[in-house]
Amino acid sequence: MSLKIVVLAKQVPDTRNVGKDAMKEDGTINRAALPAIFNPEDLNALEQALQLKEQNPGSTITLLTMGPPRAAEIIREGLFRGADGGIVLTDRAFAGADTLATSYALSCAVRKIKDYDIILGGRQAIDGDTAQVGPQVAEKLGIPQVTYAEQILKIENGKATVKRRLERGVETVTVPLPAVITVNGSADECRPRNAKLVQRYKYAKTPSEKQGLSEECLKLYEERPALNLYEWSVNDVDADLTQVGLAGSPTKVKAVQNVVFQAKESKQLTAADNEIEDLVKELIANHTIG
Amino acid sequence: MNNLIVYCEIEDGIIADVSLELLTKGRSLANQLNCKLEALVIGSNLDGVEKQIFPYGADTVYTVDDPRLYPYTSIPHTSVLVHLFKEQKPQVCLMGATSIGRDLGPRVSSSLHSGLTADCTALEIGPHEDKKNNKTYENLLYQIRPAFGGNIVATIVNPECRPQMATVREGVMKKEIYDPNYKGEVVKLDPKKYVSDTDFVVEVIDRQMEKSKANIKGASIIVAGGYGMGSKENFDMLFDLAATLGAEVGASRAAVDAGFVEHDRQIGQTGVTVRPKLYIACGISGQIQHIAGMQDSSIIISINSDPNAPINTIADYVITGTVEEVVPKLIKYYKKNSK
Repeated sequence: MSLKIVVLAKQVPDTRNVGKDAMKEDGTINRAALPAIFNPEDLNALEQALQLKEQNPGSTITLLTMGPPRAAEIIREGLFRGADGGIVLTDRAFAGADTLATSYALSCAVRKIKDYDIILGGRQAIDGDTAQVGPQVAEKLGIPQVTYAEQILKIENGKATVKRRLERGVETVTVPLPAVITVNGSADECRPRNAKLVQRYKYAKTPSEKQGLSEECLKLYEERPALNLYEWSVNDVDADLTQVGLAGSPTKVKAVQNVVFQAKESKQLTAADNEIEDLVKELIANHTIG
Repeated sequence: MNNLIVYCEIEDGIIADVSLELLTKGRSLANQLNCKLEALVIGSNLDGVEKQIFPYGADTVYTVDDPRLYPYTSIPHTSVLVHLFKEQKPQVCLMGATSIGRDLGPRVSSSLHSGLTADCTALEIGPHEDKKNNKTYENLLYQIRPAFGGNIVATIVNPECRPQMATVREGVMKKEIYDPNYKGEVVKLDPKKYVSDTDFVVEVIDRQMEKSKANIKGASIIVAGGYGMGSKENFDMLFDLAATLGAEVGASRAAVDAGFVEHDRQIGQTGVTVRPKLYIACGISGQIQHIAGMQDSSIIISINSDPNAPINTIADYVITGTVEEVVPKLIKYYKKNSK
């Protein structure tokens, strides 16, 4: 059975590798120092999609992301690894969305895609770590969800069998399709870029990226539809303006505080035997250990 | 009408620690709000479950008892919460930031269009002024959480939508008996009125749960390893040190992601928050999200070959050297001096 797979992905600042230059002297974040990357667990989700595509010939994978126009970078990254096409949901009206307004916008876009069997996404994104968008999209579409998925074991008779990785063990569930499945970081890592696909798709562009190209160039895009990435606005997906962006977000950020850890006065030791023994004696003497 | 509801998780008839921690927090918030603290338990064979809950100060325990409601699946539990919240209109709903709470919370919030804040590290009550619309609100729930990999701490409010929903990780709040003789009311809800047969679409066909082996939350000494440990085998050395000192072994997210140790040992914002009297950080560079989960330790020792590792700035003792060299010496000199 061929499947129509949608992968929800997000371009995020790489908060995992925050180097020394990532914080400015005043303690605020230097966003420019953080590279924008394909959210790691969304890559795990893409790998599950690619495996499903291999097991079910004729399947297609469409990447869907919401963000600024530059988020097209992760769509291309997905194409290099085996996805078939992608859409950037982009509009100033989407800005400032919390998870609920985000999932509303994504669900409108999925409705426009219309024909889908499985929606995959990472369990959570590393910039917010909320894990909310997957279940909220499922609820908005009125379909079931399976979160914390580690592996999609099989698809049979319109049902997916999924292994979930929970805090204290594993659980295997069956879910009727269509469904939203969010994938854990413990799932298979995403395969690397494929050199042939990089050649094929390196010029894939969205309408905003094609601005300023010569007519000759644009004609080439007409001849090669696979190189056209889509951009959808609020109007394109028939979204209700009161439910998107900041206006559609029930949660409001009241205050933001930058975290600066105060340095303590610390004792400096080496690995020399006498220094380690003195430390151990001190800790025993003050009842910290022993 | 004016209550605070805690969704209680249950496994093998035992209410989860995280739920008891939230009841403890919920009791103090309810006192501030001058409202009732209520608990909701959904599952199977729930007779007597209230005995575990009343000592934490719950005024009402709602139970929804049906064999099909255990183990947890998303849609039936969502249906119960959505129906109950439409009837009761609670101000606040708290749930554990577990694989259940983080699956259930967003689905409920989407259905009710109520705001949800994940993984709060503090909850407070306070006023809020919306300058743009010139409105003020009293007694909102401040949902305080780290974001951006822990580099910022944000205070979130839901001015208009109810309930104000928040999830909190296990170990973040303190669990404390409110009054061992506290008695409230048990309200048994009829499952037929809250769940429909068509909700049971996801089927759990196999479940392998184990009791949490590691008890890093309650340990008074923690030996924690980071990515700098290099391998699963090198962690054996930390288990040796922990066994010698009567400690538990913890780890940073990087070490867990690399597969050196199990998830339940992870310390930090995305793991457990710990406050032991001694924390020995071995080969941990000290990303902000790890530090946030252990900075309240009474004494911190950092063992790192990099003298500039960020964790050293919060350590009481910095040992510059390799873990391979230092850890065996700690074991040796502890054995020598402790007798």
